[in-house]
Amino acid sequence: MTRKLNTVLFPALTGAVVLALWYGLHFFLSEDRRFLLPTPGAVLAALRDNAPFLARAAWNTSQGALLGFALAVFVSFTLALLLSLSPIVRASLYPYLMALQLTPLPILAPICVIWVGAGINSVALLTFAIAFFPLVVNTTQGLISTDRNLVELFRLYRASRWQQLFLLRVPSALPYFFTGLRIAATLAPIGAVVADMNAGSSAGDGGGLGFQAIIYSSQAKYPALYATAATTCLLGFVFNAVIVIVARYSLQNWHDSYERPDK
Amino acid sequence: MAASPIVEFKDVTKRYGEGPVVLDRVSFTAQSGDFIGLIGPSGCGKSTLLRLLAGLSPLNEGSLRVEGTTPDAAAAKLAFVFQEPTLLPWLSVAGNVEVPQRLHRIGTAERLATRNRVLELVRLAEKADAYPRQLSGGQKMRVSLARALALAPKVMLLDEPFGALDETTREHLNEELLAIRQQEAWTAFFVTHSVAEAVFLSNRILVMSANPGRIHTEIAVPLPYPRTAETRLSSEYQSLVAAVSRVLRSVETVGA
Repeated sequence: MTRKLNTVLFPALTGAVVLALWYGLHFFLSEDRRFLLPTPGAVLAALRDNAPFLARAAWNTSQGALLGFALAVFVSFTLALLLSLSPIVRASLYPYLMALQLTPLPILAPICVIWVGAGINSVALLTFAIAFFPLVVNTTQGLISTDRNLVELFRLYRASRWQQLFLLRVPSALPYFFTGLRIAATLAPIGAVVADMNAGSSAGDGGGLGFQAIIYSSQAKYPALYATAATTCLLGFVFNAVIVIVARYSLQNWHDSYERPDK
Repeated sequence: MAASPIVEFKDVTKRYGEGPVVLDRVSFTAQSGDFIGLIGPSGCGKSTLLRLLAGLSPLNEGSLRVEGTTPDAAAAKLAFVFQEPTLLPWLSVAGNVEVPQRLHRIGTAERLATRNRVLELVRLAEKADAYPRQLSGGQKMRVSLARALALAPKVMLLDEPFGALDETTREHLNEELLAIRQQEAWTAFFVTHSVAEAVFLSNRILVMSANPGRIHTEIAVPLPYPRTAETRLSSEYQSLVAAVSRVLRSVETVGA
């Protein structure tokens, strides 16, 4: 009970301190500069007033982020299976995979636009580019970190390569896979918003949160800009929460990162 | 005419890569129903001997036959219980016990019947749905044993299975192991560091010496089966433990 209380109480207290500091900082600024940091109240009001626009933009961003994220999961998992085969395959492919990760999104964006045009396809591709690397690295690490004793056990029973892969290596890689998923789920909405700004399209109300941020910035609607940032955060939290729930469902019975069910 | 041995080592030599010889010209035979205890100082090749038998590692010289064929060809007749329980943590107790049968693609009805039977044997039927991390060390080893029994092996290889358990649990499991063997009748090779355990379980003890690993002495254990907790109190058992300890000490002194 005390533990449950603490998990609610302390985050709530931290939130209260942050809000107090935020208010304090706002009133600390000279009156002509207070527009730089609108009060939480003003941001909430902007959130309420711009809700239809922000909701539509969040929905547009989510579609691109989800599409790119799903693509990253599928491709990275398939590639991780390949990479887990041998150190030579890893040594041959890793530098090129890293190159993709090391290229900044604003540089990749125009290339994507040339390939698939501005809009959701480009946003999805750029989201894929940012979410892909942590997934493939973590999943590969999981696939090659299988307990040696368990591998021996499967060898003893003359398990086929496929049996060893799907009945042993893949399940034992799940904790690593979910770690990669959580990192990727945090990056995906960020990637999608940056992609919106650089390769998005507002055609047919298709603009996302990045596009909306540019509009509010150009119109000097700073509380609305902060509201857009808050909406992006919220999107990231939702992505993360879904992964946390799926991970908990998959791992809670057996993995040491979760409390033992009989405790 | 003597029955043909179930296991036959003939001048078996083993080294890993370019390293020193781990087993040097090891020869012995095991008859069906034997319970062979393997003891010796660390590094004498006890576990390597089991790995060769299981076909997990190739030998360099000599020949090794299991039921007249190679360990690889006899794989389905062999079971291995490792030092660690080596359970798949994401599977329940029942799921773990079913692993060998799943890998051998045995049908559902037979698989479930065998699973229930072996879980009854190790007295863990009520824990079928539990996950390994909900079990004690002794229970985990019993699951490991049940899994090994699932394919009805003819030769059981046990590599210090109870080494990490406390003395009382170990003694209970020794008794259970013999009780199960009464019903299942497999030939056993049991590696241990405990002389008392080796004497309690085995009808033959092979004392090995190290650098390189060789069979130093074979000691017969003429205690009748079934053996129970009472067996440990008999003077015959205790004098056997003392005798085997003396041989082991002499082997360790030579190696030191």
